[in-house]
Amino acid sequence: MSMKTRIIPCLDVMDGRVVKGINFVDLVDAGDPVEVAHAYNLAGADELCFLDITASCDNRDTILDVVARTAECCFMPVTVGGGVRTINDIRKLLMAGADKVSVNTAAVRNTDFVAQAADKFGDQCIVIAIDAKKISKEGESPRWEIFTHGGRTPTGIDTIEFAQKVVALGAGEILLTSIDRDGTKAGYNIELTRKLADNVHVPVIASGGVGTLDHLVEGIRDGHAAAVLAASIFHFGSYSIREAKQYMAKAGIAVRLDGYGESR
Amino acid sequence: MRVAIIDYGSGNLRSVAKAFEHAAHEQMIATEIEITNNAERVGTADRIVLPGVGTYADCRKGLDGVTGMVEVLEETVLKGGRPFLGICVGMQLLSTSGLEKELTYGFGWIKGDVIRIIPEKQNLKVPQIGWNTLELAARHPLFEGIHTGENGLHAYFVHSYHFDCLDKQNQLAITDYGGPITAAIAHNNLAGTQFHPEKSQRLGLQFIANFLQWQP
Repeated sequence: MSMKTRIIPCLDVMDGRVVKGINFVDLVDAGDPVEVAHAYNLAGADELCFLDITASCDNRDTILDVVARTAECCFMPVTVGGGVRTINDIRKLLMAGADKVSVNTAAVRNTDFVAQAADKFGDQCIVIAIDAKKISKEGESPRWEIFTHGGRTPTGIDTIEFAQKVVALGAGEILLTSIDRDGTKAGYNIELTRKLADNVHVPVIASGGVGTLDHLVEGIRDGHAAAVLAASIFHFGSYSIREAKQYMAKAGIAVRLDGYGESR
Repeated sequence: MRVAIIDYGSGNLRSVAKAFEHAAHEQMIATEIEITNNAERVGTADRIVLPGVGTYADCRKGLDGVTGMVEVLEETVLKGGRPFLGICVGMQLLSTSGLEKELTYGFGWIKGDVIRIIPEKQNLKVPQIGWNTLELAARHPLFEGIHTGENGLHAYFVHSYHFDCLDKQNQLAITDYGGPITAAIAHNNLAGTQFHPEKSQRLGLQFIANFLQWQP
């Protein structure tokens, strides 16, 4: 018996619609996050991640509807992040059907919020999302700074120190995105991922930069991540979840297949 | 048949209700699923489910805050033998006490404490988050038709604390996470899972269907 490595497709959702294109066959409405979630449910994804990038406050509740409808047809874990600022935001998401809630800016601004949330809902459902960018120069010992607002706003906060702090306060998991790699398809930032994973006792989810199945393997094997998050390689149908898992299994990584995604 | 899912301010009630509805529908079990904070409705239900997301102390406080609920559970479940399923912290509350954040007394129906996971292997992360296989202690109707063991189906876990059962006879299934962890308990009409059946896809829906048909 052993815990299996998780593969987590991530969907960017704005005003209740999927933002980046989804290129699956068989979908009636590829812009409906629930339909996409259901397809991943059938494909055997280990967890789903919704990142709500809705800008307008008026439409903030659209994600609740997405989560609620997902819970009606997908009996699998769902993590939701984006714009989570208050205890009540977390409560509403959990009530709608989320299992874990990911907090980004609000945690960076006020680490006490992490402690409050963990005390209320338990460490296991509080994920801290960190967007990190390398700031050290060639030849210096590597340092990564946390940026907020989609990588635009520097905070002056060191990634590793911050992660250790929020874990001590009750964060149950870290979702680590390398801003340098995000969207590049050049692979995860292994150096950063490993450094963080080796320095906290909670699981780390690697994110940002996946272009090939080898990158998923590297994230686990070399980056020491507990889970790998990816978007476009799955959304555009380059690889199925099952193909990714079979590839990882061949590389010696324990994955869960359970008969999902077999050709019918 | 009516199944009462107890609402005491804990999260994920909706997910649990939807999974029960789906499992019942899939296996054509005529069931009405009711989310309720009314102790009387719980007392007259055919089956009772206590979900739980949050800390042990917070869940205990939440349950104590619902008028008459703990008394009704003692009456109908402990004394009355009504089939009962606790999920995650809902299972943990059956224990003597919980040591998450602070010492909190549970129902004391199944002896043992809920303690932090301390994996023997240093590189294992806490919380345990993800999919793991189950090892059954004995055949049981709740796991009928579910392939367990190393090559079996996986269940979804997300927890930092686990139920250290004093009497291992109550341990129906274990999972391995740097040592054995209670994955499911059963004692007479009491059942509980550390994993989340409502989030465990195929394994979970079958387990729920089995619970709906269980005649303890």
